[in-house]
Amino acid sequence: MTADISNKTLIDMHRRMVRIRLFEEAAGKLMEDGKVPGALHLYVGQEAVASGVMVHLTNKDQVTSTHRGHGHLIAKGGQFDKMFAELYGKSTGYCKGKGGSMHICDLELGMLGANGIVGGGPPIAMGAGFSAKFRKTNDVAVTFFGDGASNEGAFHEAANMAALFKLPVVFVCENNGYGEYTAQSNHQAIVDVADRAPGYGMPGVIVDGMDAIAVYEAAGEAVARARAGQGPTLLECKTYRYYDHVGVRGMGLKYRSDEEVALWQERDCIDRIEAHLIEQGISTQRKLENVHKSTLKEVHEGIAFAEASPMPEPSALLEDVYA
Amino acid sequence: MTMIEAIRDAIDTMMARDQRVVVFGEDVGYFGGVFRCTDGLQEKYGASRVFDTPINESGIIGVAVGMASYGLRPIAEIQFADYVYPGYDQIVSEAARLRHRSAGDFTAPMVVRMPCGGGIFGGQTHSQSPEALFTHVAGLKTVMPSNPYDAKGLLIAAIEDPDPVIFFEPKRLYNGPFDGYHDRPLTAWKQHPKGAVPEDYYSIELGKAELVSEGDDVTIIAYGTLVHVALAALEGTNISADVIDLRTLVPLDLAAIEASVQKTGRCVIAHEATYTNGYGAELAALVQETCFYHLEAPIERVTGWDTPYPHAQEWDYFPGPARLEKAICRVLEGTALAEGAAAQANGGANQ
Ligand SMILES: Cc1ncc(C[n+]2csc(CCOP(=O)(O)OP(=O)(O)O)c2C)c(N)n1
Ligand SMILES: [Mg+2]
Repeated sequence: MTADISNKTLIDMHRRMVRIRLFEEAAGKLMEDGKVPGALHLYVGQEAVASGVMVHLTNKDQVTSTHRGHGHLIAKGGQFDKMFAELYGKSTGYCKGKGGSMHICDLELGMLGANGIVGGGPPIAMGAGFSAKFRKTNDVAVTFFGDGASNEGAFHEAANMAALFKLPVVFVCENNGYGEYTAQSNHQAIVDVADRAPGYGMPGVIVDGMDAIAVYEAAGEAVARARAGQGPTLLECKTYRYYDHVGVRGMGLKYRSDEEVALWQERDCIDRIEAHLIEQGISTQRKLENVHKSTLKEVHEGIAFAEASPMPEPSALLEDVYA
Repeated sequence: MTMIEAIRDAIDTMMARDQRVVVFGEDVGYFGGVFRCTDGLQEKYGASRVFDTPINESGIIGVAVGMASYGLRPIAEIQFADYVYPGYDQIVSEAARLRHRSAGDFTAPMVVRMPCGGGIFGGQTHSQSPEALFTHVAGLKTVMPSNPYDAKGLLIAAIEDPDPVIFFEPKRLYNGPFDGYHDRPLTAWKQHPKGAVPEDYYSIELGKAELVSEGDDVTIIAYGTLVHVALAALEGTNISADVIDLRTLVPLDLAAIEASVQKTGRCVIAHEATYTNGYGAELAALVQETCFYHLEAPIERVTGWDTPYPHAQEWDYFPGPARLEKAICRVLEGTALAEGAAAQANGGANQ
C-alpha cells in the first residue's frame, strides 16, 4: 500500500465499500424471505473493485454493469431507497420497477445499466466511449464484466473496436474465478484474462481486486490514459464472490471448497482498508463503526421506503416500449 | 416423472443407444444444468460426451453445427432461451441452411434445447418465448412440449431427426402442470396422467398435435404452458371445447386444426409470446385460409402484450385463464353459452 492517495479518498472508498456490503447483506435477506421477486446476484466480496474504480469517475463518466450490478451502482452514488424500490418492483424504483435487480440504471449517475445478458455491457460502453470522443467531452466509459463474460464474442468485438478507434474506455474484468458454477480453468485455457489485451492492441494490467488501494492506483492510470486520448486498457481484478452465484449461501457448495472461500475471506477488502485506516491514524475504530451504523440506518430506511411504495399501475406495463 | 426427469431420461436413453450423441452447454456437465436436466449424465457417460462450455452461445451453437455436419448428434443446451441471440446467426445462417445450399450433401442433425417462458419472476432476460424467431426460418423444426410424457418422446424424435430441431421447454412446467393460477399451490406431475413416463425408449412423431380435450363449441389452439391455462379457463364452465396441443410448431399438424375448426366454427389461439408477429398470427392466417367458410366468429388471439417481459408486472403480462376465458366468450358471442361464461369470468379470477 503506497501513500500516493489522500486520506479523504481512502475514507471515501471505505464508505463506498461498506455501503455495498450492507446493502447486499440486506438485499440477500429480502430475497431469502421472498420479499423481492426474482433472483439476486450479490456483489459481496468484490467491493474493492467497484469502489476503487468509481472514485476516479464523475457522473458524466459512463459505466456499464452486469447481472451482479448493485455494487457498481452504489459505488457510483446510487441511492438505497430507489434501489430497494426497484428490487421490489415498485413504481418509485430507479426504473419504475421495470428493470429489477438485473437492469437497474440511472442516467444521471452515468450508470448505463446492469445487464441480464452476460457480455451485454462492453459493446455499449465502447459506443459511449465513441460518443465521448466524437463529442470531445473528455468523459470516459468503464465496463465491468466477469471472467465468464470474457468468453462472449461481444466482449472481443468491443475490445477490438475500442483499441482500433482509440476510445476512452476502461475494460474492468472482475475475475472471481467462476462463471456460475464452472471454474475458470474449465471455461478458458488462460489464467490471466489480461493476457488477451495485447491481442487487441491495448495494455493489460493485473491487480489484486481485494485491495481497494491497489485497484485505485491501477484504475487511476487506466482512466487517465483514456482521458488523455491514449485509448483503452484492460484491467483485470482478481477477486472473489463470497456467496453462491445467486443468493446468500456461501459455504458447503458443490463446485468450490469452504477452505477456498475462507482463504479469500481472510483477505477481505473492508477488513483490510479498516486496518490500514486505523494503523495510519487516518480514522478510529469508533468512526468506522459509525460508518457502519449510519449506513445500516440508511438500509432500513431504504427498505421501509420500498415497502411503503405503490406497485406500478397495470397500464404502466404498456408504457416505455416506444417514444 | 417431472418434465426435468423426462428430459434427462430422453437424453440418457439416446446416449445409451447412440454413441454419436453428445451433450453440452453452460454448467451442463459437472453441475448438471441449472434446471438439473443433465444431472448425473457426466458421471454416467464421461466428460467427453457431457461437458461444460464457456459462456459463448455462438460457440455453443457453432460447435454443434460442425459436429452435426461431420458425424455426431449434438444436443446443445442454451441455459435460457433469452441467451440464444449471440448464437442466432449460427442457427439461422448455418444450421438451417446447410442442407439446402449443399443440395443435401451436408446436414445438421442437431438439437438446441432451451427453457422458455415466464412465471418465475425472471424479468426481461429470463422469461421470453422466442419461438416465432425460429418458426420463421426455413430449414428448422420447432418443438414445444407441454408435459413430461411428450417431452421425452418428442426429444427422442428430435435427436433422431435428420434436421436441426429447436426444442423449447416451458420452464414453468418443469415441476408441474402450471395453469396460470399463480396464487394456488402447484400440483405435481405425479398427480397428472402425463407425468407417467415409461423408462423405455419411445418417440412421438414430430408434426402430430394432440387433442387434449374434445368438444363442439370452440377450438382452442395452444402449446406449452398455455395448454394448461386453456384447460383451466374451461374449468367450471359448460363450454365444450376442442383443446389442441400443437406439440410441434414446425412441422405443423394443420390437418388436426382444420378438422377441429371446421367442426366448431370458432377458434381461439393462445400463446405466451408477444402478439405482433407471434406464431398465433401464422395460425390465424392458416385457419382463415383453410376454414374461412366454416367460421362463425372472428378468430381470437390471446397472447403476451407487445412489451418486453416485465419484472414486477409478471401477472399483468401473462395470458392467464381469465383473459383466455374472455376471448372464448367473445368468439361465442350471441350464443347462450357466452352469457353464462361471462358471468363466471366476471365473478372470478384477477388473472
Ligand atoms: C448471454 C448469456 N448467457 C448466459 C447467461 C447466464 N449467466 C448469468 S451470470 C453467468 C455467469 C457469468 O460469469 P462471470 O461473467 O464470470 O460473472 P460472475 O457471475 O462471476 O460475476 C451466466 C452464465 C446470461 N445471463 N447471458
Ligand atoms: Mg466470474
